Amino acid sequence: MSEPKIEGYKFKPGYSGMAADTASDQTMFKGVHWGKAMMWIFLLSDTFIFSCFLISYMKGRASTPVEWPNPSEVFALNAFGVPVPLLLIAIMTFVLITSSGTMALAVKYGYERNRKMCGWLILATALGGLTFVGMQAFEWSKLIHEGVRPWENPFGAPQFGSFFFMITGFHGTHVSIGVIFLFIYAYKTFAGHYDEGKRGWFTSMKGDYVEIEILGLYWHFVDLVWVFIFAFFYLW
Amino acid sequence: MSEDYNDNKTIQAQSSETISGEGGAGVTSDTDYVRPAEVADQDLYHGHSFITKWVFCQDAKVIGVQYFLLATFTGIIGLILSWLMRLQLGFPELAGFMTAEHYYQFVTMHGMIMVVYFLTALFLGGFGNYLIPLMVGARDMVFPYVNMVSFWMFFVAVGVLLASFFVPGGPTGSGWTLYPPQAILEGTPGSGMGIILMCVSLILFVAGFTMGGLNYLITVLQARTRGMTLMRMPLTVWGIFTATVLAMLAFPALLVSALMMSLDKLLGTSFFMPTILKAGEVLEYGGGTPILFQHLFWFFGHPEVYIVALPAFGIISDLISVHSRKNIFGYRMMVWAIVIIGALSFFVWAHHMYVSGMHPWFGFFFATTTLIIAVPTAMKVYNWILTLWRGNIRLNVVMLWCLGFIVTFVNGGITGIFLGNVTVDVPLSDTYFVIAHFHMVMGIAPLMVIMGAVYHWFPLVTGRMLSEKLGKWHFWFTFLGAYSIYFPMHYLGFIGVPRRYFEMYDSPYVTSAVGMNEFISTAAFIVGAAQFILIYNIVTSLKIGKPAGKNPWQANSLEWLTPTVPPEHGNWGDKLPVVHRWPYDFSVPGAKEDFITQTTPPSEVAETEVEKT
Repeated sequence: MSEPKIEGYKFKPGYSGMAADTASDQTMFKGVHWGKAMMWIFLLSDTFIFSCFLISYMKGRASTPVEWPNPSEVFALNAFGVPVPLLLIAIMTFVLITSSGTMALAVKYGYERNRKMCGWLILATALGGLTFVGMQAFEWSKLIHEGVRPWENPFGAPQFGSFFFMITGFHGTHVSIGVIFLFIYAYKTFAGHYDEGKRGWFTSMKGDYVEIEILGLYWHFVDLVWVFIFAFFYLW
Repeated sequence: MSEDYNDNKTIQAQSSETISGEGGAGVTSDTDYVRPAEVADQDLYHGHSFITKWVFCQDAKVIGVQYFLLATFTGIIGLILSWLMRLQLGFPELAGFMTAEHYYQFVTMHGMIMVVYFLTALFLGGFGNYLIPLMVGARDMVFPYVNMVSFWMFFVAVGVLLASFFVPGGPTGSGWTLYPPQAILEGTPGSGMGIILMCVSLILFVAGFTMGGLNYLITVLQARTRGMTLMRMPLTVWGIFTATVLAMLAFPALLVSALMMSLDKLLGTSFFMPTILKAGEVLEYGGGTPILFQHLFWFFGHPEVYIVALPAFGIISDLISVHSRKNIFGYRMMVWAIVIIGALSFFVWAHHMYVSGMHPWFGFFFATTTLIIAVPTAMKVYNWILTLWRGNIRLNVVMLWCLGFIVTFVNGGITGIFLGNVTVDVPLSDTYFVIAHFHMVMGIAPLMVIMGAVYHWFPLVTGRMLSEKLGKWHFWFTFLGAYSIYFPMHYLGFIGVPRRYFEMYDSPYVTSAVGMNEFISTAAFIVGAAQFILIYNIVTSLKIGKPAGKNPWQANSLEWLTPTVPPEHGNWGDKLPVVHRWPYDFSVPGAKEDFITQTTPPSEVAETEVEKT
């Protein structure tokens, strides 16, 4: 990793140098945009939220006296008359991870001031996210149709339904919020707000392509959380 | 940390070792060099109308005052609830209008209001917003808009909380810990709308706090002014900063537990609900685990204690240093103690659950971590005392509050060592001893700091001094009164009077407890009423207080060095301050005055023995 160039500041070598750089004046993270630092710390806090959810899930699953349903049966999808375990989830995960890729490309094109490519890639990311939420809605309705509810579950422990709807719902809310912002940012990119530094409607702060990277951080985080939810719900 | 920057230059006059005779010898053209700003000056939105200047305002100082006023308002409601509780306990014949249900509801709301909506909001939202940007030399918080939304989320959260007084069934009466299953089962007061509104309000509070917290953290990390290294920050900033880190990591657990409990109530899920028999019938609930809620709640709840305490530690360090005209003893030790206490606070939560039936080794682990916290805390107390030692103490109201804090904090800390041990805790659990302990250590002690801070910073906020005379009356009523309330409670705990009991019925200890309860209640009424001296003092001083002028306490830190007092939006006028030293250069040998402000360049104090910071 190359160090950012800070006028009048020389980074110091070694661990003691790292400590000195950290404790130096003005900024702790040299050259890091305020918004980016904010997003990282927000994501740390959000990590604790999801950790609390998943740890509660483990504790709840371990304590319930009723048997936990078999995920490969509950989450199976009938394709051409054959039940294929985890089919839908595999597609959902693939779509979401792919959208992370398009997001990363959007950030790259943004910094290259390639407005069109950046805008299209953000739009592609938003569509990926929308597809994910749509498939999640499909899965929810399938489970609800089969009789799974937050308070009951024909396949076993009622806590399965409780935790499943709560945690995937909370994650789905994250994705949906991300999608809304992606659409707004796509519009702002196409309209050139980031090129001309147009002031935001709410905050009246100047637009900058760094905002796309900040949203990208959030988006990658949401994808990463999905990997954990996937592992804990569908593979355990 | 002078080699943090500017390492090719020579700062000869900054260190006491390089003093060389008279005439400022050793001062070169590079002496006062501070490297240029890394970040461009902040772009601020300046309000034009009344609404954007005073209501939906983006200025951290106004937001701080808004937080302060709303938190104080909520705190007064908490105070009135405590009066009602004391009326019932001391003079039940006068409290005929109160039922047991009312009593439980008042206990619950008093606890939640005081801990979350009063102390947390006041320290972090109030003092944090006002002081952080000023003390680190920023123009404002880094995201003023988000900061504004943070306050209004808090406003809504308070509104939802208070609304629960007016819904059918009233507010929740499950105790401030809201333990399920009883919190949401019929028979507990407010188990309908009350508990739902409580959970919603907490969720809103956490969301709002997160917005503010991100601001505090990034402002401290990334928006300090030139020359303001981490080890030159006032301890107030360190305390608030570390407390905010704790809040960002602890509030998620509260959010999750509040969400899961509201789902248990609203959707009939059984996250926390085991199989329950009620009047011979099995309820719909089953298979959940109430202990999980306790873990989640206390994973939030214990750091919460330090979210309140750490800002208090930081503020008191600054107040003691300024008013005893001496540098803070062991600054670095103080910083590290704050950080270590903060880190340890995440590993002690189960000491609130010793009686939940945990494995002995589990209790052993948590007792050990709990007692380890006593080490950095005791270090801090020694350092406060050593700061006072041979200082040029100004025995004004602020100093009185500081001394009151140290005494109260030591008192509450020592009973904490009792309760941290499993074997001592088990018999004392759920008695008045616990009430006495936590009111001393996280009620009265932080409150003393708030009071001291109010007398200290009132001149900065308003430009006028508070009346010293009224302040002294206020202090002595509060200090002696608080001891009259909580000291006897330790005894009540030892004779086994249980907490959260509406009345004592015909218990054997009723005889000795009754008189004491009357005494405690009387003291509580007086102490509560004494707080109105402060309100009267504030209201009158706004108009007729002595004009404070600039820097009335001769302090060093940046908040007193703004071009206008009280500071205006943007804080610093045209030019941001440049910092050359820490804020504790008091009574430096060789200096003309007994304080050297943080912005005083080294060349001006070349012949003094300043600390190398």
